[in-house]
Amino acid sequence: MDLMHSLRLIAPEQLLSVSGLILLLVAAWSGAKVARGITWVAVAALAAAAVMVAPTLCAGVSGAASEAFFGQFKADAFGAFAKLLIFASAGAALLVAPVFFERQRAMRAEYPVLVLFATLGMSIMVSANNLMTLYIGLELNSLAAYVLAAFLRRDDRSAEAGLKYFVLGALASGILLFGMSLVYGFTGTTSFAGIEAALAQGSGGGLSTGALFGIVFVLAGLAFKISAAPFHMWTPDVYEGAPTPVTLFFASAPKVAAMALTMRVALDAFGSQVVAWQQIVIVLALMSIVIGALGAIGQQSIKRLLAYSSINNVGFILIGLAAATEAGAAAMLVYLAIYVPMTIGGFVAVLMLKDAEGNPVDNLADLAGLSRERKVLALCLAMIMFSLAGIPPLFGFWGKFVVFQAAVQADLIALAAIGIAASVIGAFYYLKVVKVLYFDEPASKALGKSDWIHQALLFLCALAISPIGYLLTKPLGTWAKAAAAALF
Amino acid sequence: MEGFPILSLMLALPLVAAAICLFVSDSQARTVALVATLAEFALGVLLWLNYDIGGAQWQFTERLPLFAGFEWKLGIDGIALMLIMLSVFLMPICVLASRSIEKRVGEYMAAFLLMETLMIGVFAAQDLFLFYIMFEAGLIPMYLIIGIWGGANRIYASYKFFLYTLLGSVLMLIAMLWMVNEAGTTDIPTLMAYDFPVEAQKWLWLAFFASFAVKMPMWPVHTWLPDAHVQAPTAGSVILAGVLLKMGGYGFIRFSLPMFPEASAEFAWLVFALSMIGVVYTSLVALVQSDMKKLIAYSSVAHMAIVTIGLFAFNVQGLEGAMVVMLSHGLVSGALFLCVGVIYDRLHTREIDRYGGLSINMPYYALFFMLFTMASVGLPGTSGFVGEFLALAGIYQVSTWVTAVCATGIILGAAYMLYLYWRIAFGVQKNADAAAMPDLSAREWWMLAPIAAAVLWMGVYPESFLAPMRKDIAALDARVARAKPDGDSQLKLGKPKPAGEAKTEAHAKALGGAH
Repeated sequence: MDLMHSLRLIAPEQLLSVSGLILLLVAAWSGAKVARGITWVAVAALAAAAVMVAPTLCAGVSGAASEAFFGQFKADAFGAFAKLLIFASAGAALLVAPVFFERQRAMRAEYPVLVLFATLGMSIMVSANNLMTLYIGLELNSLAAYVLAAFLRRDDRSAEAGLKYFVLGALASGILLFGMSLVYGFTGTTSFAGIEAALAQGSGGGLSTGALFGIVFVLAGLAFKISAAPFHMWTPDVYEGAPTPVTLFFASAPKVAAMALTMRVALDAFGSQVVAWQQIVIVLALMSIVIGALGAIGQQSIKRLLAYSSINNVGFILIGLAAATEAGAAAMLVYLAIYVPMTIGGFVAVLMLKDAEGNPVDNLADLAGLSRERKVLALCLAMIMFSLAGIPPLFGFWGKFVVFQAAVQADLIALAAIGIAASVIGAFYYLKVVKVLYFDEPASKALGKSDWIHQALLFLCALAISPIGYLLTKPLGTWAKAAAAALF
Repeated sequence: MEGFPILSLMLALPLVAAAICLFVSDSQARTVALVATLAEFALGVLLWLNYDIGGAQWQFTERLPLFAGFEWKLGIDGIALMLIMLSVFLMPICVLASRSIEKRVGEYMAAFLLMETLMIGVFAAQDLFLFYIMFEAGLIPMYLIIGIWGGANRIYASYKFFLYTLLGSVLMLIAMLWMVNEAGTTDIPTLMAYDFPVEAQKWLWLAFFASFAVKMPMWPVHTWLPDAHVQAPTAGSVILAGVLLKMGGYGFIRFSLPMFPEASAEFAWLVFALSMIGVVYTSLVALVQSDMKKLIAYSSVAHMAIVTIGLFAFNVQGLEGAMVVMLSHGLVSGALFLCVGVIYDRLHTREIDRYGGLSINMPYYALFFMLFTMASVGLPGTSGFVGEFLALAGIYQVSTWVTAVCATGIILGAAYMLYLYWRIAFGVQKNADAAAMPDLSAREWWMLAPIAAAVLWMGVYPESFLAPMRKDIAALDARVARAKPDGDSQLKLGKPKPAGEAKTEAHAKALGGAH
């Protein structure tokens, strides 16, 4: 438990923070002209961090050997699984950015630096083993994210998104902090293991009201961060207003981080009081599925539609949490691993939708008949839509399959039946996008050329969610199982 | 043939052809699709010739543990063989029938070829979840076929088709997850022999019923079918009526009956009630249609109701009859939609009133149309008779009332089909444009003649089609025997008199009469 051991465990985080600081200095001295170079270096740093994290997952590390700084930080297989997804999402958000911002003459060297710091925050979040670490990671991520949302300073909507995100995010942090203080007050500790032990003592004679309130507030704060209904209000506005590369980032990496954090808090810290939070999670899950699906139906903006789609998907992921079993946790991780390429692919496709002058096209009606003008782009987008709807043989089905399997195994059959029936509502608006792309007469708006990086990323994502993805089910299942085992 | 993965090859061939179709010109896409479907048909014939009748229950089995949670596991019995033959037989005809499609031919052919892969996959899958994936995936190409190449109201029809069938099937998925959790295997043959607790069977049966009843379709969840049929292009209707509806029947025979025999017996009254209403109601609705495709669509619902009563008769005649009705209906309704397509291509209307007296200017067409009309009515000598007779004979052992009500479907069927034929082919040529239509082209001969031959073959010598299925149906009958309900018809085996005695008695009577 010496210092060197702890430092070795946090090596990926150290790499990220050091490279972030150095790049910040480079950015301060050299300005916007090196923005592209800095972006590539940041991507390289993320790739290196991913390589450093991967062995932890493959070895299935868990327990005391993975704890750093006297249990403050836990570099276990679970954290590693989430980190790999986060690094991949952040890398994608970096790669797609230069082309987008340069067109707006707004490419600044701070963008990759902020993404790196946000990623560092998320990396700490998913490895947090103590309420303090949790909060530090969360805030580091959030502060970077508020700035990123308002990155297009001259654009009113971007500024609005930044402000909205900041005000509502601060409110959520406040709720979370309040819950944490209650939990600390009634359990006398901030460490997850200590909280679990203290709550377990209460389970015989019932849970004290104060601790219950603490659990409820902590979960409400976290529900804000994962944008689960009824705490989802900020999502469509922020997703719509933020620059598209930033939206891509918000929809993927912080979602994974906040979800992983929620899992660790619920299953580890509150793991001895499953009964206390299971109903909350069930309500959150069903509300998210239904509200996400109903809200999306009337949307004309594709970004808003994808925002509601992400709320809808969070609902399905939470069904795995409601199961409160190891299989449920593994299912959530598998779902997240499939959700990331679907979301990234969706937003990359949005980035590629440009009119002849290169201005972004975001209106669903403008995409009418796209399948005749840009066959491959329309095909990829249609595949992503069917995949998000969970229609086999696309890979999105597998995510839904495993969470529902976990729910059935945990004997939550009614929840599974209602959830899957509600998914049909969601299918309606995904079908609507396909209808616009394929059935309608061409509107000939989105004709602009797209960049090769965007094309390559979209192709990769489409490949991952195609039926070929099913070949990944075995390794994915093994890793998710190893990661989930680290939680229990 | 031992060890050669012919089923995987049959799944891969249309998929490869579909990918090629996306990248070539329109006329090349037509050729690629025709060649691929004909090659697929040749593979199907090879499959049938190599199928060992009376041999192992599951043949051509393949197994590859590729995925987590389920396997790539294929294999067919006689029932699946016949339905695969139906699919591969209809596909080249569909490609021929698609000459009138002019826009986006490559994508159209790709969607059809993908559909073919998925249809064969449904019938050949031996893993529960592989079956589900193939079953559900079929929605995507059909949605696109109706939505892109359909008629005026195609978007409403495509949504309705997709959402109806999706809602039906998702509950089945939950039931499947529960079953796999309980039985600990995804292998369909093992599950077919697994005895689920009777209480759970009811819920599972209802969940599967929700899916298959929509697919079948049974009254009152049939309303998507007329919309989908009317809006779909001709070939889409052929595949929809010919093969996709059979997936519902296949589901009952493969899952509901063998896996939940007790629940099947308990809910047989529900199936009978819905089928009786379905037969009478949809036949009456068909009688008043002025749109040809809608009329045939409603007649499909009525015919599929005969299938469901046959399936739930719990005896060999009923099951064999249901299978023959399915095969026969696949051919006949497909052919009727083709007949509608032939004249629709010439006049671009489905209104019955716009035609009349076609037997004068289109004699060969009228001949084929007559044959298929008669087959739909169930005239002896055609495939329709064999199936309906067997199914009704089977249900008669269970319930006289159900038989009586469902038999009126035959009479009503004769009424609406003959009325349709009369209005189109006979009478005076009241419309000049209809009177000027040319008779069948060589391409249309190639579409209709093979189906006509198959319909007559099945009507005259059904043994060819029944032989491969006999052992599987007997096995299924033995499996459900323990839950068999008592019949109300009180059939008693009479004592046959010795042959010689009967003859002398008749002889004496004849002599007596003479004196």
